[in-house]
Amino acid sequence: MSIVTHRIKEYAALLADAEKTGVGTNPLTSIDPNLSVTEAYHIQLENIQMKVEQGLIIVGKKIGLTSLAMQKLLGVDEPDYGHLLNNMEVANGGTIPIEKVLQPKVEAELAFVLKKDLMGPNITTLDVLQATDYIVPALEIVDSRVKDWKIKLPDTIADNASSGFYVLGDKKAKVDEINLELLGMVLSKNDEIVNTGVGAAALGNPATCVAWLANKLSEFGISLKAGEVILSGALSAAADAKAGDTFSARFAHLGQVSVHF
Amino acid sequence: MATVEYKEIAKYLIAGEEEKREVVKVTENIKPDLSVEEGYLVQQELVKIKLEEGRRIVGPKMGLTSKAKMQQMNVNEPIYGYVFDYMLIENGGRVQLQDMIHPKVEAEIAFVIGEDIEGPNVTAADVLSKTEYVIPALELIDSRYVNFQFTLPDVIADNASTSRVVFGTSFQKPDKFDLDLVGVTLSINGVIKELGAGAAVLGHPAEAIAMLANMLSRKGEKVRKGDVILSGAITSAILLEKGDVVTGRFDGLGEVSFVVTD
Repeated sequence: MSIVTHRIKEYAALLADAEKTGVGTNPLTSIDPNLSVTEAYHIQLENIQMKVEQGLIIVGKKIGLTSLAMQKLLGVDEPDYGHLLNNMEVANGGTIPIEKVLQPKVEAELAFVLKKDLMGPNITTLDVLQATDYIVPALEIVDSRVKDWKIKLPDTIADNASSGFYVLGDKKAKVDEINLELLGMVLSKNDEIVNTGVGAAALGNPATCVAWLANKLSEFGISLKAGEVILSGALSAAADAKAGDTFSARFAHLGQVSVHF
Repeated sequence: MATVEYKEIAKYLIAGEEEKREVVKVTENIKPDLSVEEGYLVQQELVKIKLEEGRRIVGPKMGLTSKAKMQQMNVNEPIYGYVFDYMLIENGGRVQLQDMIHPKVEAEIAFVIGEDIEGPNVTAADVLSKTEYVIPALELIDSRYVNFQFTLPDVIADNASTSRVVFGTSFQKPDKFDLDLVGVTLSINGVIKELGAGAAVLGHPAEAIAMLANMLSRKGEKVRKGDVILSGAITSAILLEKGDVVTGRFDGLGEVSFVVTD
């Protein structure tokens, strides 16, 4: 056990260093081909704990690998998740200094804010919809501390599910005001459309992703908390970002959210 | 080339459609230098033959309206063809594979035109103000060419691969929506296979109709009141198989479905 813990600390430090120095690490799975998904979550938790000890606050979760395309790409059949910290939020229309990211990509998503806690297992999509306070549009800036995004499933999980920053829109909707499955989205980069998407791109329904998360977290004895922000998964493929780029996503019924690099 | 030759090519393509068999593309040996303009001349002859046979035009349809397809075909303008009355399938109805060659399905928004729209310089806003209703639709494309492979003039000559259309029956006023943000899923047997939003069509489906009106104006033609026009695919096309139950769901516009039989 102590050996495992030592390994986990060592790998967590590799990722923390990459984040600090801005130089991507080699994939952990190239260093340790046997690294398991569970170990990877422990590496993630190790780094999150370090940040919390430094004074950062956990404000929510993000769900990744929610599209069939992404799951196929990584050869997996379930999503993954990461933690959102208070220093990851950027105001709508705000700017992200390019030196704060390594190799950013932008995705448009729906974010959930719950009005009551959800503790798995056996949480259903219906439970999520009943527990949802409101839904708000979001941009997620994913980033990888692994060189050239050469990630396998344990690599991205250990790296906080490749989280970077997130931006929330200003317009909120209650569950009865929108059809989550069919809610359309257009993602533009520098005023050119790069992608269109729809809610169903995230496991058929974004609320189903949140239910998955509640159940997955219960394996670690964690619940989803009222007031937390939950990024439910990308509605379209991610678009590469570089300095000078402005991204903007328009959502049916939910307005617009944008960010500049 | 003389009109009679365009007519011969049109007959060659109609034979493929009616006999449900692939034909070698026109540019392979019949006429390797067929131009886009000539492609439309062939299409014009094809339309004329069908009208003479007593078929009725339901409306034009737009093709190659997605960025991906336009890049693939190396063009900067979409194409159009015509939907005829015999191509319509009832919502919830059956499509027989034996009636077609290698059909694919895609989801689209259709415009029911309330007033004539005459180019040039027609904008998407003009189109919306002259649109009576929008309705959801599934289009079955079925290129008459071997392996669905063709050049741009070939596909234009082949009436833009038009084969069958299933229109939804819930009519909505266009000003109730941001049509570019209408989300769409296309499912086969209950499993979502393709999805997208209206903006996949030239940024906005009404933009496709505006381009159509402007393209038609070059020939002294216009979009007509009463036309029901397919604005272009929101999703990628899916090859159909026997037994498929195909369902398109459109945010706020409802659902369209059909079943594929032998």
